Amino acid sequence: MTAIKQMMKYEADRDKEFAHWVTGVVGAEKIRQCIQCGMCSATCPLSIYMDYTPRRLIHLAREGFKQEVLGSFAIWLCASCYSCTVECPKQIKVTDVMYALKRRAIQEGAYPKRLPIPVLAREFYKMVRGHGRITEGRLVFNLFLKTNLLKMLGMTRLGLGLLRTGRFSFFKESIKHRKELGALLDAVKSSKEVAA
Amino acid sequence: MTTYSYYPGCSLKGTGKAYEESLLAVCGALGVELKELEDWNCCGATAYMAVEELSAFALAGRNLALAEQDPVDLLAPCSACYLVLNKTQRYVAEYPEIRQKVEQALKAAGLTYRGTAKIRHPLDVLVNDIGLKAISGKITKPLRGLRVVPYYGCQIVRPYATFDSQTHPVAMDQLLKATGAEVVKYPLKTRCCGGSQTGTLPEVGLRLAYILLKEAHKRGGDVLATVCPLCQFNLEGYQDKLASEYDDFVPMPVLYFTQLLGLALGLPAKQLGLRRSLVPSEPILARRNLHAA
Repeated sequence: MTAIKQMMKYEADRDKEFAHWVTGVVGAEKIRQCIQCGMCSATCPLSIYMDYTPRRLIHLAREGFKQEVLGSFAIWLCASCYSCTVECPKQIKVTDVMYALKRRAIQEGAYPKRLPIPVLAREFYKMVRGHGRITEGRLVFNLFLKTNLLKMLGMTRLGLGLLRTGRFSFFKESIKHRKELGALLDAVKSSKEVAA
Repeated sequence: MTTYSYYPGCSLKGTGKAYEESLLAVCGALGVELKELEDWNCCGATAYMAVEELSAFALAGRNLALAEQDPVDLLAPCSACYLVLNKTQRYVAEYPEIRQKVEQALKAAGLTYRGTAKIRHPLDVLVNDIGLKAISGKITKPLRGLRVVPYYGCQIVRPYATFDSQTHPVAMDQLLKATGAEVVKYPLKTRCCGGSQTGTLPEVGLRLAYILLKEAHKRGGDVLATVCPLCQFNLEGYQDKLASEYDDFVPMPVLYFTQLLGLALGLPAKQLGLRRSLVPSEPILARRNLHAA
């Protein structure tokens, strides 16, 4: 049976708190001045894959369409190339807005499940917190372990190539002052995140 | 002898080893001393910022605080590191609430932050500090006849055009010309390589690599030159997959600009990490009568 869904929103369905939050995000200071020109979407090399283009996301976010925005694939497709940020005629730092939306989606567990990108972000984050550095081979292994182990088979050839050329790192990289780094990161954690 | 502090970042110790090797070799040949920053940590790249904002700034801030202890400029060869360090310095200066939290966090680790580190990319240093004239004078094996495609990627020039144009950078074009190579006109020079998407969503990332390499081939390029370890990996690492997916795909070696410069300076292939390539460059170099020492 086809599910019937309400496709348009009444004023009352909008999440005003979310709309207000997004205007306070670092880099989104001028989000209310967006003229919806679409320069961000035009210059984005990944917009052709997005469910909502950057232009639409900006508008949806500032009007309080929280679920649509946080549940979108689009925010995770952003590769942080900063084309939109550079081209925006209203100086909205679109890349920073995308980062803020990713963080909020992780906090609320709202991102599309089984999408490997947020998993990579969290594995990366954990490894840096623990060791201060990234060991690329281990990071990729953890990613496959948490998402799709079978997919690793398709990477055998690349893995062997990296091994042969001495570019595959599995030996754990780490900094000396791990304790100090832990104290540093904890000091931030205990205080409230800006605009989060 | 000019001295710089050197922030390698995680990739130059792993997949980007050839970048580190060739950078050190080239700097040695040009009389530039690099001192690796003591106990540097990961910059956070694009992933950390997607999880936490303030600790991402504090994480990068630790490197800046460490670098400030030495008055020399800080060299960051990876575009992601280069951008994150620059961005952190700017945001700490611009947003008082970020500054307060970062200073407080660094204090907990026994560090102080002043914001005085000068973050530089090796391309900037080679072209603007050493200078094209001095470099030209040291070229012993000009790359005559080699058609090089200059690819900058995104984060070296965006969003901060610190030393070159955001949309039409030319620094690497000039440097490659100084090596005697023929520089290919390449309008996609700052188009994104896909970043970490190539690994997480290959169906999306591979197409970006395909577009860049196809255009490079169409314009008659022999090799593509990069300034970033992630660009290098994305464009080189998946060429066998691209060949099986796209009928018109032609493989192309992807080298660091420092490897090409090293060849022209007459440095031996081993010092430049040429054998670390997955798509070997030796055949095309031989065809152009260029043999690495």
